[in-house]
Amino acid sequence: MLKKILVLILLAVLASVGTSVAAAPKPGGTLIFGRGGDSVGLDPAYETDGNSFMICDNVFEALVEYKDESTDVEPLLAESWSISPDSLTYTFKLRKGVKFHDGTPFNADAVVFSLGRQMKERKIKFFGKGWEIPSQERPPEYWVSMEMDKTVDSIEAADEHTVVFKLKRVEAPFIANLGMDFADIISPAAFMKNPKEFVRNPVGTGPFKFIKWVKDDQLLLEKFKEYWNKKGGPYLDKVVFRAIPENSVRFLELKTGNIHICQFPNPADIDLAKKDQKMKLISQAGMNIGYLGFNHMKEPWKSNAKLRKALAAAINRKAIVDNIYQGQGQLAKNCIPPTMWGYNDAVPMIDYGVDKAKALLAEAGFPDGKDLPEITLWSMPVARPYNPEGLKVGVAMVSDLAKIGIKARVVSFEWGTYLKRQREQPPDMDLFQLGWTGDNGDPDNFLAVLFDGMADPAIRTQWHNQQYHDLMTQGKQTIDQAKRGEIYKNAQKLMYDEMPVIPIAHSTQTWPLLKKVQDFKLHPTASIRLRNVWLEK
Amino acid sequence: MGAYILRRALILIPTLLGVSVIIFFMLHITPGDPAELLLGERATKEALHDLREHLGLNKPLYVQYGMFLKRMVTLDLGETIWTRQKVWIEIKQRFPATIELSIAALIISCTLGMILGIISATKQYSIFDYLSMLGALAGVSMPIFWLGLVFMLIFAVNLGWLPISGRLSVGVDLEVITNFYILDAVLTKNGEAFRDALWHLIMPAFTLSTIPTAIVARMTRSSMLEVLRQDYIKTAKAKGLSQFQVIFKHALRNALIPVVTTIGLQFGVLLGGAILTETIFAWPGVGKWMYDAVMQRDYMVIQNGTLFIAGLFVAINLVVDVLYAVINPRISVK
Repeated sequence: MLKKILVLILLAVLASVGTSVAAAPKPGGTLIFGRGGDSVGLDPAYETDGNSFMICDNVFEALVEYKDESTDVEPLLAESWSISPDSLTYTFKLRKGVKFHDGTPFNADAVVFSLGRQMKERKIKFFGKGWEIPSQERPPEYWVSMEMDKTVDSIEAADEHTVVFKLKRVEAPFIANLGMDFADIISPAAFMKNPKEFVRNPVGTGPFKFIKWVKDDQLLLEKFKEYWNKKGGPYLDKVVFRAIPENSVRFLELKTGNIHICQFPNPADIDLAKKDQKMKLISQAGMNIGYLGFNHMKEPWKSNAKLRKALAAAINRKAIVDNIYQGQGQLAKNCIPPTMWGYNDAVPMIDYGVDKAKALLAEAGFPDGKDLPEITLWSMPVARPYNPEGLKVGVAMVSDLAKIGIKARVVSFEWGTYLKRQREQPPDMDLFQLGWTGDNGDPDNFLAVLFDGMADPAIRTQWHNQQYHDLMTQGKQTIDQAKRGEIYKNAQKLMYDEMPVIPIAHSTQTWPLLKKVQDFKLHPTASIRLRNVWLEK
Repeated sequence: MGAYILRRALILIPTLLGVSVIIFFMLHITPGDPAELLLGERATKEALHDLREHLGLNKPLYVQYGMFLKRMVTLDLGETIWTRQKVWIEIKQRFPATIELSIAALIISCTLGMILGIISATKQYSIFDYLSMLGALAGVSMPIFWLGLVFMLIFAVNLGWLPISGRLSVGVDLEVITNFYILDAVLTKNGEAFRDALWHLIMPAFTLSTIPTAIVARMTRSSMLEVLRQDYIKTAKAKGLSQFQVIFKHALRNALIPVVTTIGLQFGVLLGGAILTETIFAWPGVGKWMYDAVMQRDYMVIQNGTLFIAGLFVAINLVVDVLYAVINPRISVK
């Protein structure tokens, strides 16, 4: 008996050793990716949604990319780059021997073409013959919203493998911006063949090439055999993206093995997946923030920081994260996610406490909420990555505020109206929920874009604080990342002291997938990279 | 007959004009606009302005309506706002899927509904009658959404007989000609694709057919009962005709008139019900497409898609009216 047990133990140990040694990737197979919706279009310059970008992530590549598990930038189609002493000229040396899926070579002219076509006033120069780029089909949304026209002055090809960007202003996040999808390099030849149809026939240099698209049903990619990087993948022969709108149906498809990965499951299905022998779960803290903002165009919120802090102490944020985010979230203390460089971990967590909140409220000049009329709390009508159920969050907050004597009511509008009216900061808005999903992994993309109201009247939080504004300007104009990190840490400390918004949570994504899918990772930017994914037989 | 059809076809013009006014102004009164939704949280004032300018949303409403009318007259359905594709191409890709599903559901509901109705009427107050009418009541009141999931759990997950969702399995190749997959499989003599497409069609078609089946069954039953009480039926029976001949030759034809009207109207209901069925079964049809367009305020899709469906609806009603005359020569079309 003892012998038998020993043998069993030995076998178990051997088995565990066997699995812990990373298996070598096996090429071949078709991966079926189940997603909640179809792509809108496949021209990276004009898309705005995740379902479109996840295809672009695998068909196209940009000059730089974010590392596998963070948003630190590393070279991709550019081998290296140098920045002039005045930080206004960026020179990129490009990788040689890279081909587009249509067989045409990748070179400096392709870079000038891909990015130059997005400029409002095209100051571009090709090295070779170049192309007469047709006028823009519509404004390239990301290029415009990342204010690239205000940053980039000209793009020139110095020789076949060198591109020079001249900037109008010092812009530290510039390199990080070039890792975003809109900055992907497309095949000029394929685009010029039929500019109107490129959106449905994308050609890039990525590890997979586009084959076929049946709208609202299936989109097929195939391994690009001449992919330039011989280290690593692509391993999969084919990838099929299937649009299955219903969350529970998508999960059933996974359960029966018809798909390999199930995007955005219902929270209840995550528990089922845990118990399923054939499935595993993968999690990633999202690069996002959900917050509660104050109307800074209106008193008493505008100039009473104590009052803002009283509200922060009154709201039981932990209960909201536990119950409404259903564990798929992380309580926030800063307005940038903890995975991002420049995150200030020394900022204390906002304490929840009714007594403390009441004391602060009295100090603020409103003991027991007296003299404070009924306030409105705008709550989001739709689920967003950073806030799964705005209305429920709103109701929870209203009841928390009632405990310290503040009367509040939930107000909501249809989503488009909500976004539009919120930007106007109307007097009938006191508090509002909103949030953000990061674009380029740069703290500037959260802290300046969301909270520096002095920079632009269209910033959603019209908080006007000179010290904060100076910090943001400094951050943009400092190139050294370590120094920038310090600047943003100070900004987070200032936000804790002034409480211009109440940070609520960073949400986490958890997806079930079949165990035989290997080396699939979720990226903080939510991009889907299948290059190194392979299937166990 | 020819003049009648022409006159009915001409009525299409004021009908579509009416639809265009209602849909256009309702859409533009509804809060929210596509630019705001397209850009979401990150919309800068500049980006919003540029996009609205590009889409023509900054123009006065009457100018926008004028543009819409102009496109309508020239039979140009325009380009969608989100996918930047010609609307008619999007319709062409999706409409066959919806029609295929609706026709399958209609065939199921006509056959099943009429059989149930006829048997219930001839065996009134029998246990079969009670059961089938109870089933009909359940069919009308069952939420499609729930029913679809239950079907999936039973027939796909537990029994493994049918695929869960989609129109064609991954890896099955089919050369698409008409976008009616069953038809395309027949045309290209592709046995594998035919079987696969048919298998995919069964569950969504049954789910979609529950309500019309129930309605057709009840309609057939009551209409049959009424006809069976007529004197000429008694005469037929007295003449010694067989039960079969009485029912199918004498009663059914007359009983069918109200049923055909119902079926014609049900086709419209099917197109509406297809939104839910298409969503659950990941069926790439026009219903889901229109629903998404409403959520995204894709004005071009909503306006032109609605016009297209309204036109089709009127056309189907015309066909039904002509069918009356064929079934019952006493109704003459003038």
